[in-house]
Amino acid sequence: MDALIRTEGLSLSFGGVVAADNIDFRLDVGERLAVIGQNGAGKTTFINICTGFLKPTRGRVWFDGKDVTGMEPRHIVRFGLGRSFQLPQLFLDHTVRQCLEISAAARQGRLSFFKPLAQSVNRREIEHTLELVSLRERGSELASSLPEGQRKLLDVAMALMLNPKLLIMDEPTSGVASEDKHDLMATLMRALDERKVTSWFVEHDVDIVSRYATRVAAWIAGKVAADGPPAEVLASAAVRREILGTA
Amino acid sequence: MARLFDIRILTIAGSLLCLILGLAFPWSKTPIIVGLCFGIATLGVAAMVRAGQVSFGHAMYACIAGYTVAFLARAWPQLDGLLLILAGVGASLFAGAIVGVFVVRYRGIFFGMLNLAISMVLYSVIGKFYAITGGTDGLRINRPTLLGIEFERAGFETVLLVGTLLAAIGLGILVQRYFQSASGEALAGIKTNETRLEYLGLSARRVLWDGYLFSAGLVGLSGALFALVQGLVTPDIGSWLRSGEFVFIAILGGSGHAIGAFLGAAVFELVKLFAAAYMTGIWQMLLGITLIVVILVAPEGIVGLLMKKSALATPRRKSPWGTRREENKWTP
Repeated sequence: MDALIRTEGLSLSFGGVVAADNIDFRLDVGERLAVIGQNGAGKTTFINICTGFLKPTRGRVWFDGKDVTGMEPRHIVRFGLGRSFQLPQLFLDHTVRQCLEISAAARQGRLSFFKPLAQSVNRREIEHTLELVSLRERGSELASSLPEGQRKLLDVAMALMLNPKLLIMDEPTSGVASEDKHDLMATLMRALDERKVTSWFVEHDVDIVSRYATRVAAWIAGKVAADGPPAEVLASAAVRREILGTA
Repeated sequence: MARLFDIRILTIAGSLLCLILGLAFPWSKTPIIVGLCFGIATLGVAAMVRAGQVSFGHAMYACIAGYTVAFLARAWPQLDGLLLILAGVGASLFAGAIVGVFVVRYRGIFFGMLNLAISMVLYSVIGKFYAITGGTDGLRINRPTLLGIEFERAGFETVLLVGTLLAAIGLGILVQRYFQSASGEALAGIKTNETRLEYLGLSARRVLWDGYLFSAGLVGLSGALFALVQGLVTPDIGSWLRSGEFVFIAILGGSGHAIGAFLGAAVFELVKLFAAAYMTGIWQMLLGITLIVVILVAPEGIVGLLMKKSALATPRRKSPWGTRREENKWTP
């Protein structure tokens, strides 16, 4: 298996707080990783370092064989790393369709100054992606009019438009009503499967983790405390005590 | 399509009105050209407004272009007016490219004040170097030829009126195209979400720099035309008051569509002319009241109001001024 993303000795501290503590980690092509952990365990920090938003104090990151340590997010994204956020990062003044169109135009590189946005992207691809995340009916509405669950979907869809090799989703189901969580995950996984995208998502819901992940990594105090098949990790003593609170 | 049709009719009607007024009342040519110049400059400022940025120093580009025209016309009196205008625009683009590198690193109040600060430095330098710039008295520009033809004053103004009108229409269409292009929509994305832009692989600074360059060129063109029609440039062309007037017109007209800049400029000029004639003492108060009414009644400006009234407007930006960045703001 090829490592799609790999880190070596990745460390970052904010003052006295160690947010990433010497993390060696790898994710292979085709995996579907769920990251679990308490708030403040360093899950998002690790994503932020891997995607270039934060610079590590020590250690290196390789993405798809390239050393991307210290690069800006926009450069790493160009290598094929897509990301969605815990708080969806949308263009709230644009329509749902325009959000996807801007993504598609960005993927092509140089932005046109005179060609209308809608004409400079593949219309069928946009409609297909809207369909894939069940947002077709709302395509002409402002992104700011969407409820939280659909904002999450649009956020992921914008990252998907870049045709990434890896998609990192930070808490895709947070803020979504519990009865809608499974629908949302099923929709997302369908979209990811169709494009054969390797994925990594942060999730608190054990049900969702065991149902959708092929591998689970548990974060405790800036470290990967357990990493392996879902059943194994969810049953480990440290995870049960520190994260699930069931031991 | 119906909405576009409305704007076409509005454009044609406005253009005809400018021409008829200008030809019927020769004294009105200069105020009409000045109004169109204000509209062209405001197009540039409105591009920044779409990115959620307000510049209080953009008149410096009119100043740079205006003085370029004056210096060249005095050094080489045989230079054609069209060449002078092109040189003026070129100078403002050059300055915009350099200043842009610095200012696009800042947002909001810092962006606005940094532009203001640079324009004030330019303003005082021009005011102090009397030997070169003529100080606050400014520099006179003799009437150049236009396309190789020498005109009397009346003919010169008529040609300038027609030329400025055509430029205004062409630029309005161009800017509207830009607003709706991938680059222009990304520019509007700077207002709502730079984090996402970066995570789409785009440089937000580069997107803003492109827009900034565009806006500097537009304001520069207005300055070059302004200098020619007045036959004079003074430092006032680049004062912060002038920059403020561009922002004022941008708010008045709205940035939802390029035509807003010209509607705003028309109202601005009319209020000024009316006030100068009938309420000399309180003309600033009249402008102030106009602005207050617009902000309260039509926060999206005149063009926003028209689009809403026509009820054909596609769902678009709410208020260009009420920033909704905060609810979308993400911190690691």
